[in-house]
Amino acid sequence: MSHLPYVVAAWLLLVGLYGVVTSRNLVHAIICLSVAQSSTYILLLSVGFERGGTAPIFLDVPVGTKAVDPVVGALALTDIVVGATVSALLLALAVQAYKHHGSLDPERLGREQD
Amino acid sequence: MAALPVALPVLVAAILVGLAPVCPRRAADAATLATAAVVTLLCLALLVRSLDEPVVYWFGGWTPRDGIALGVAFAVDPVGAALATLAGVLATAALTFSWRIFEAVRTLHHGLMLVFLAGIVGFCLSGDLFSMFVFYELFSVAAYALAGYRTTDPGSVRGALNFAITNSVGAILLLGGIALLYGRTGALNLAQLGQSLATGPADRLVVVAFLLLMVGFFVKAAVVPFHFWLADAYALAPTVVGVLFAGVVSELGLYAVARVYWTVFSSPLAETDGLRGVMLLGAVTTALVGGVMCLLQHHLARMLAYATVSHVGLTLAGFALLGPAGAGGAVLYLVADGMIKGSLFISVGIIDHHLHDVDERRLAGRGRHLPWLAALMVAGALGLAGMPPFGTFLGKALMEEAAVETGLPWLIGLFVVVAALTSAALLRATGRVFCGLGPRGGAGTAATRSPDEAAARHPHVHATQVVPAVGLLAGAVAVGLAPGLADEVQDAAGRFTDRPAYAAAVLRGAGDLARAGAHPPLHLGGPALLATLSALLGLGLALAALLPERLPPRLRGGVARAWGPVAATLRGLHNGSIGDSVTWLVVGMSTFGGLLVLVVR
Repeated sequence: MSHLPYVVAAWLLLVGLYGVVTSRNLVHAIICLSVAQSSTYILLLSVGFERGGTAPIFLDVPVGTKAVDPVVGALALTDIVVGATVSALLLALAVQAYKHHGSLDPERLGREQD
Repeated sequence: MAALPVALPVLVAAILVGLAPVCPRRAADAATLATAAVVTLLCLALLVRSLDEPVVYWFGGWTPRDGIALGVAFAVDPVGAALATLAGVLATAALTFSWRIFEAVRTLHHGLMLVFLAGIVGFCLSGDLFSMFVFYELFSVAAYALAGYRTTDPGSVRGALNFAITNSVGAILLLGGIALLYGRTGALNLAQLGQSLATGPADRLVVVAFLLLMVGFFVKAAVVPFHFWLADAYALAPTVVGVLFAGVVSELGLYAVARVYWTVFSSPLAETDGLRGVMLLGAVTTALVGGVMCLLQHHLARMLAYATVSHVGLTLAGFALLGPAGAGGAVLYLVADGMIKGSLFISVGIIDHHLHDVDERRLAGRGRHLPWLAALMVAGALGLAGMPPFGTFLGKALMEEAAVETGLPWLIGLFVVVAALTSAALLRATGRVFCGLGPRGGAGTAATRSPDEAAARHPHVHATQVVPAVGLLAGAVAVGLAPGLADEVQDAAGRFTDRPAYAAAVLRGAGDLARAGAHPPLHLGGPALLATLSALLGLGLALAALLPERLPPRLRGGVARAWGPVAATLRGLHNGSIGDSVTWLVVGMSTFGGLLVLVVR
């Protein structure tokens, strides 16, 4: 199997992290985090991919049929749920930040506290 | 039975949130408190049962066939169970404390607390890497929400956002590591993973996976330089939550580092001096940076947050010795230290509740009418310094002995200095708040309100506030004094660090592990002297900070010149910026990775 998916996963992670580090808008930062998170989906799926394999449903197929690994699918699905939860929560916090403090710039939030 | 302490709080949380509109407040309080107490007892029962052999529970009855794990397991050993019990104890104490405080809408808060607790307990009991990840995310998400619970406070929201973003990056790296390991071995069970990796050398994939997993856990543990999110998140969260944050959350990261190292990586990445050196570098940096930052704080909760960082460093030093003796000391230290910090956090909560402030400069002298609270704070400070009879003393004694045996006696100096730094900060704050010592000025809007006035506004302190603080301190003393506990801990640590025995117990049900036999008696005289030295050093530092005019002027000038730039640099670095925090994460990961490549040959 080619290395392309791994390269893509690494690229997504780096691009996402770059976005989080340089972001001046919370919504933008949260989306960047999702981008970084999607690198794990690709990594997981490519780890379990089997060229020419079918979906892992072992009904009415001969024993020994090639299939992709069902476990990584389950892991990726769990990961997506976790990612959605985190994003939703972060966006809710961003909404609160905007409502109470009128800014989405993470650098300006709560500065006067120090 | 093993799954009950996780299932129960989740169930109660769901019911509470569902019944929120009709449930009377006191009923919700009582149900939450009762659930936390029951979870504590269940974890304690698991702890006792796991003393002889690990309690392994396979979900759905999917037991291993021919030594191959098919299902998902809880594998409970005394170390994991002790940590779960600690979380339960802290949750119970924190909820008791909140009985008369925090009058806002609380059903959602209680639901979050219970899910948080369930996540922590599940994380401690899990015997499967992916379940560990899921529970890690479960308690983290609950923690983010709890940290940002006071949405009207901009600092709190920023702290929660920084906490959530940095820790999510950590979780992403962690999952990347899990995916790589799964790709290599086809396994997720810790025992199975360890067995598969034991057959090969430490090639690049194993090193990268190790790096990703460790960084993921270091972020949670707040090891420097992965710690920049911590202070805002811990210090600005409600007290009830802060108790659990400071007491157990960082410790969970350390626990995971140790658990995963010993069950999965200890064979390909055996304990070499190089690996030990890299881990110790992180530990020493963390301990010193945390200690100095702790001394620089005036916000009491922030002080405790940095005390957490510095003690994470100390505990990591114990694990980083990569031997059973150090691990045993670290576990004991971690449990006792967690309870002491929990108690101190409650004390700070009481100060906040009664004096409506947590800045030691503005509070100067306003605590005079609360001498018992001063006593609690001083006791906590002595506990942080590792004085007998607190459990921190015993844990530190074990770690110091392990350091000498490993040929690193200079670590003892680190323990003495760091314990002195954190206790000095607390003693200084206590002296200022409760005795009115120290130079005034600066934030001088301070003592306009006389103590009598403050006392009049809050005629009495409720027992529900004091009892948990005292109880946690008593717990820390009990850990230090329980007869035979040191031996039990050393036994447990021996098994915690024994990969083949763990694998056999989980995969083949071969319980009945050989006990290490009698341990040589601990020599506690030397450590007691060192602890006293720590405490005296701490007291000296605190007095020097409070009464600078008593110091010789030349010494004062020299200290100011040396200390000023260090303080300014460190303060500047800890600016609470989200971007900086993630940048440091990447820098730390690159450094750690580079060093690992150098030492793993």
